[in-house]
Amino acid sequence: MGDLHIKKQPKKYDAVIVGSGAGGGMAAYVLANAGLKVCLIEAGPMFDPKTDSNQLRSAWESPRRGASTKFRPFGDFDGCYWGWEVDGEPYTQTGNPGTTSWEWWRARMLGGRTNHWGRISLRFGPKDFKRKSIDGLGDDWPIGYEDVKPYYDKVDKLIGVFGTNEGLENDPDGFFLPPPRPRLHELMIKKAAGSVGVPVIPSRLSILTKQINNERGQCFFCSQCGRSCKVYGDFSSSSVLVIPALKTGNVDLVTNAMAREVLTDKEGLATGVSYINKEDMQEYQVSGRTVILAASACESARLLLNSKSPRHPNGLANSSDVVGRYLHDSTGADMGGILPHLIDRKRYNEDGVGGMHVYAPWWLDNKKLDFPRGYHIEFGGGMGMPLYGFQWGIEQLNGNSQVMGVKKEAGGYGAALKKDYRSLYGASVHMAGRGEAVARRENYCEIDPKVVDRYGIPVLRFNVSHSEYEIKQARHMKETFAQILHAMGAVVTHGHKDGDHNNWGLHAPGNIIHEAGSVRMGNDPRTAPLNKWNQAHEVKNLFCMDGGPFVSQADKNITWTILALSMRASEHLIDEMKKNNI
Amino acid sequence: MDRRKSIKALLVGGVSTGVLVEACNTAEEKKPEQKADAGAAEKDLNPSGYNRMKEELAQERVVRAEATFFTPEEMATITILGDIIIPKDDISGSASDAKVPEFIEYIVKDMPEHQTPMRGGLRWLDMQCLNRYDKAFKDCSKDQQMQMVDDIAWPERAKDKPWLTQGVAFFNLMRNLTATGFYTTQIGYKDIGYVGNVPNQWNGVPQDVLKQYGLAYTEKELKECVSFDKA
Repeated sequence: MGDLHIKKQPKKYDAVIVGSGAGGGMAAYVLANAGLKVCLIEAGPMFDPKTDSNQLRSAWESPRRGASTKFRPFGDFDGCYWGWEVDGEPYTQTGNPGTTSWEWWRARMLGGRTNHWGRISLRFGPKDFKRKSIDGLGDDWPIGYEDVKPYYDKVDKLIGVFGTNEGLENDPDGFFLPPPRPRLHELMIKKAAGSVGVPVIPSRLSILTKQINNERGQCFFCSQCGRSCKVYGDFSSSSVLVIPALKTGNVDLVTNAMAREVLTDKEGLATGVSYINKEDMQEYQVSGRTVILAASACESARLLLNSKSPRHPNGLANSSDVVGRYLHDSTGADMGGILPHLIDRKRYNEDGVGGMHVYAPWWLDNKKLDFPRGYHIEFGGGMGMPLYGFQWGIEQLNGNSQVMGVKKEAGGYGAALKKDYRSLYGASVHMAGRGEAVARRENYCEIDPKVVDRYGIPVLRFNVSHSEYEIKQARHMKETFAQILHAMGAVVTHGHKDGDHNNWGLHAPGNIIHEAGSVRMGNDPRTAPLNKWNQAHEVKNLFCMDGGPFVSQADKNITWTILALSMRASEHLIDEMKKNNI
Repeated sequence: MDRRKSIKALLVGGVSTGVLVEACNTAEEKKPEQKADAGAAEKDLNPSGYNRMKEELAQERVVRAEATFFTPEEMATITILGDIIIPKDDISGSASDAKVPEFIEYIVKDMPEHQTPMRGGLRWLDMQCLNRYDKAFKDCSKDQQMQMVDDIAWPERAKDKPWLTQGVAFFNLMRNLTATGFYTTQIGYKDIGYVGNVPNQWNGVPQDVLKQYGLAYTEKELKECVSFDKA
């Protein structure tokens, strides 16, 4: 450590962006194309799906047959580096009575978690921006659907998303590519769900069922979007935003750079970012006219809270004491079973696109229910690729005469067992609810006063709990899934034993990986760190463009809204720079 | 032949002296080459060349450097049990044809949570056989082995036999590891009929399958969904 010193980059950028996921990637894309000079800092290594994706690999190409590891919790071929744990980067929990653990996913790579996400690309609807006006809980956004709609439109066209215009009030129409036809089990689900009053419509996924430009290929239906796509046939920030932004020549990308804090001057304005280079373990500073945080909702909050100075003693842009608060994730609960009439089904390639071809948007009125916010349902099943875990637990299935159609003994071995494996292949169905949790002030992350990571950066400590709202919503999910599964003649095999004793199988917060709310926007600087342009009230040249600014996150996966808001905020930033306001 | 394979060849027995000598020779020959060329070492760690970050390769190096976990006796038992669970039939080969024992050896090192249940389960099995037949499982006659397996392969039958429940749990694990190891090989994909993982054009459920289940696409679906001309 004898030669440790801080290396200051002489170049002054128009913007320093921290994080290369959906928010940071879009900011870099918009600013670079407007001719601004950008420094993009990413905590992980370079990743280009074209060369680095594990697409089309078979199970045996991995010695663990695609099983998950701490490096790749979604499996050995997954397109995301790291996940719930990152070596040398701990996080802690307050353990206060009544709290539960927050599970914090961290991606460390170019493009962040967009390399592996489900590509579910849903616009928020008009009601989703004004929940407090509807149910009195949480807060309204300082903007409405009409403010974001033009940007959703542009994102649809720039990136590509398939779906259908259904004219639904709170699931707005968009500019959609044609969806793929439903798979067999999806037709069965659609029929059964319809019979119990749950409408099922084509999914809305950012996957190119038609080619939209010369830089990106058309989907070739391998169903492996989670591994990232070699032909750029789906949306990843790496392939669709950052790599094109680099081609403008206006972006300097610094990989393996872990941001330490936002630097400020005497006036309290942001001057740049300090970071540690993970390769040479040296300290660097890069300066910019503006700073954009897009490091993930929690990492951006952490950066602000760690950027303390005499001018900003409570952390940067945090005199409201709201940074880190209102942290929330989607709710999640699941159930699944076997469809006896799919036993011994005919084999054909039903890979399709990555993820479900149909889904159920929220269809009820919460005024008539005992919980305030909705959920959508995602469906799974079919003749997927066998990977580690395939056929695990047959002893719980093959003795069930309802499943097998004949009375057999559970377990066993030999030729008869091999027959059972073949019979059961592709006969399962699965449902997952993804709902809106109410963002609450008492759910927060803060800086742990005692713990630092391997780089000496103070880490986050979480204090979160579910409320009755989320638990009652999970119970409703379970009741709905059971109804649909019953209507389709399924034998339920998992997710049906949950109840009051375990919050109806509600996933731990953070587990659904839709962290949001921790750097929220609002018109009142006393209750929100950001204004309606994702811009810090107290530091006009500081922006946050990830899930942090979300006042609430609907039951809609947040990526499409991160992209739209990042585009909107970036255009605003350019305007303000032109006017010399920043 | 790499070092681990040659050791296994030595331990499993029944290999001709010629093979043994050859195994040792290639192992000897390979050693300096591996030391001299870090690239070759990485290729050995990741023969299929799939995307790995450097931390994953480092972990792989640690796992590969570990001594063989199972003893030769344990491996022999795993091989016999695996082939009882998945024998050769008229559709596909056996667990050992698909190299399931080698997979189980790897996976218990990769997932240490399987180590004690497997080691202890194998010992439990041998103790049962020792008490019943005065021999370890692998040395029992085929009939004796099948009697033993029949006692632990059927969870329902063993429900009211508290002296067998741990054996049932072990056999469940063994069955699951064997099946997952088998069906994640080329032999297994072919057996189960998985025909995906190739670039293609999705045109929906084949007509005959729709008919079989009394289903049809709606006019709306046919109109709005992407379809491809069969060229």
